[in-house]
Amino acid sequence: MAISPLSVMRFRIIFSISWLIIIADHIFLLRWFGLSWQTAIVDSAINDTLLILACMLVIMMLHYYLPQKEKYFHLVTWCILITVIVILITKVILKNIFASDEEYIIFFNRSLWIRSSFDFLLLGCIILISVIWYNWQEQSEQEVRKQDAEKLSKEAELFKLRQQLQPHFLFNSLNSINALIGSRPEEARKMVQQLSDFLRGTIKKEEHQWVTLKEELQYLQLYLDIEKVRFGHRLATSIEYDTALDELKLPALLLQPIMENAIKFGLYDTIEEIEISLKATKEENNLVITVTNPFDPETSTPRQGTGFGLQSVQRRLYLLFARNDLVSTEAKENIFTTTIKIPQA
Amino acid sequence: MSSKVIIIDDEPLARSIVIEYIQHFPDLVVSQVCSNGFEGIKAIQQYKPDLIILDIQMPKINGFEMLELIENPPAVIFATAFDEYAIKAFEAHAIDYLLKPFNQDRFEKAIKKWRDQKNSSTGEKQTKQLLDDVSLTAPQNQRIVIKDGSKIKIIPVQDIFYLEAADDFVKVFTKEGYFLKNKTMSHFEQVLDPSQFVRSHRSYIVNLQQITRIDPYEKDNHIAILRSGAKVPVSRSGYPKLKAILGL
Repeated sequence: MAISPLSVMRFRIIFSISWLIIIADHIFLLRWFGLSWQTAIVDSAINDTLLILACMLVIMMLHYYLPQKEKYFHLVTWCILITVIVILITKVILKNIFASDEEYIIFFNRSLWIRSSFDFLLLGCIILISVIWYNWQEQSEQEVRKQDAEKLSKEAELFKLRQQLQPHFLFNSLNSINALIGSRPEEARKMVQQLSDFLRGTIKKEEHQWVTLKEELQYLQLYLDIEKVRFGHRLATSIEYDTALDELKLPALLLQPIMENAIKFGLYDTIEEIEISLKATKEENNLVITVTNPFDPETSTPRQGTGFGLQSVQRRLYLLFARNDLVSTEAKENIFTTTIKIPQA
Repeated sequence: MSSKVIIIDDEPLARSIVIEYIQHFPDLVVSQVCSNGFEGIKAIQQYKPDLIILDIQMPKINGFEMLELIENPPAVIFATAFDEYAIKAFEAHAIDYLLKPFNQDRFEKAIKKWRDQKNSSTGEKQTKQLLDDVSLTAPQNQRIVIKDGSKIKIIPVQDIFYLEAADDFVKVFTKEGYFLKNKTMSHFEQVLDPSQFVRSHRSYIVNLQQITRIDPYEKDNHIAILRSGAKVPVSRSGYPKLKAILGL
């Protein structure tokens, strides 16, 4: 619910001061018409107090009922109605107080139109300001709601992107473990451990968590070790980086899909032994990760090779940095290179 | 009498577990283990096995594409970790398959089923239907795998200029000349993206990207001139189809 302008201290002060100015003005005006101080003060006090009460009433009414845009003419009706009521009450009270002062009664009757017009204008202004105020309030509330909704869906999307664990990888790893159990139980045990650590890593990391390059590479190593058991001598990997970059930050689990993409692309597009390399450097204020894999330019269009993995990385980086230029790929001879930049805070 | 088996899988441990399971059958002899489809084709030609245990996702050409290149393929037991398309196809054709990881019991069941069907011809027919079916699904409809003598060509569909019917085969024309594929024109019409390939004539399917212009030819007929200079006939019924898609 929107807050009423009357509950804001600043407005209360402005309201009170305006009221005092109007009363003072009113008194001096009546004095100028030749009325006595006493008459002028009583007239002003009663007339303007009633007016201020009407203004507060209007503000409160609009707090609970704000007409739709197409019903704004209702407000004019209200304005006229309230003006008439205010004037009538003023008239009754003042005529009772000054019943014996004939000169005043004549003056009052003659000033009725001026009073009405002034009251109508003032009430109109108050209504206008209130409508603008309440509309603005509603809009900013909507804005907040919209932002909340967007944030929620963004989080959900990030979560989904990260959860894309390839069932292929999981079942094939289990199949490899199954084979090792019979022939090399020690290695089977080691691989179960690695696979568990890897899976735990995908579940436990907090959504917006940023990790250091060191942590991320340790995690990546688990993944690579598993893949190496699966593919044996066909797969070689190299990770090259300066330990000075250990503490640079990146979003958790960002590198694994890139590596997965490179391995898939490399392993399934050639029949030879392949090497996948990862290099981390710092350029300007960016952590730059470069991953290369071989491919066969004759049979695959690199566009197809970018695949789902890179799309999700791109999307994640976009959601985090609102930039689309952080992932780039290049195919040169038979080497496919993926480069990602992670801006450092 | 013993039966010859060939195992084709790109993961070494996946191969070794099958070898281990097969050792429980004294009458099964593993002739060869292969780590990709190319090796598989060679080994099958050389050993003429009675059964192959075949992985689906493999380098360069997948299990289905490999089978397509073999004349009279032997009986197959498919083994896959996870492949939605393939599993759907297996179930549609009631073909037995092994989901990795599988145990000895499950493997024995598959072998028993193969033995029961060995003397009927249903198996071969099923396999053929399966291949027709899966060739409609990704990634097979993105490329055509062709055997060119002893070499295997993988042709991405966008590299095809046009196709021409030639008896039981289809000639696939590319910048390197043409290759023969033992499929029908209607098969290609189904497989290829209709917004990119149009059957301009009973015996021709043309890649729209390659057309530079269409000229009238004799009465009622037209001819499409391709970038390579090749001329592809356009029949009376093919012309309106081409016109509609090219927006002429």
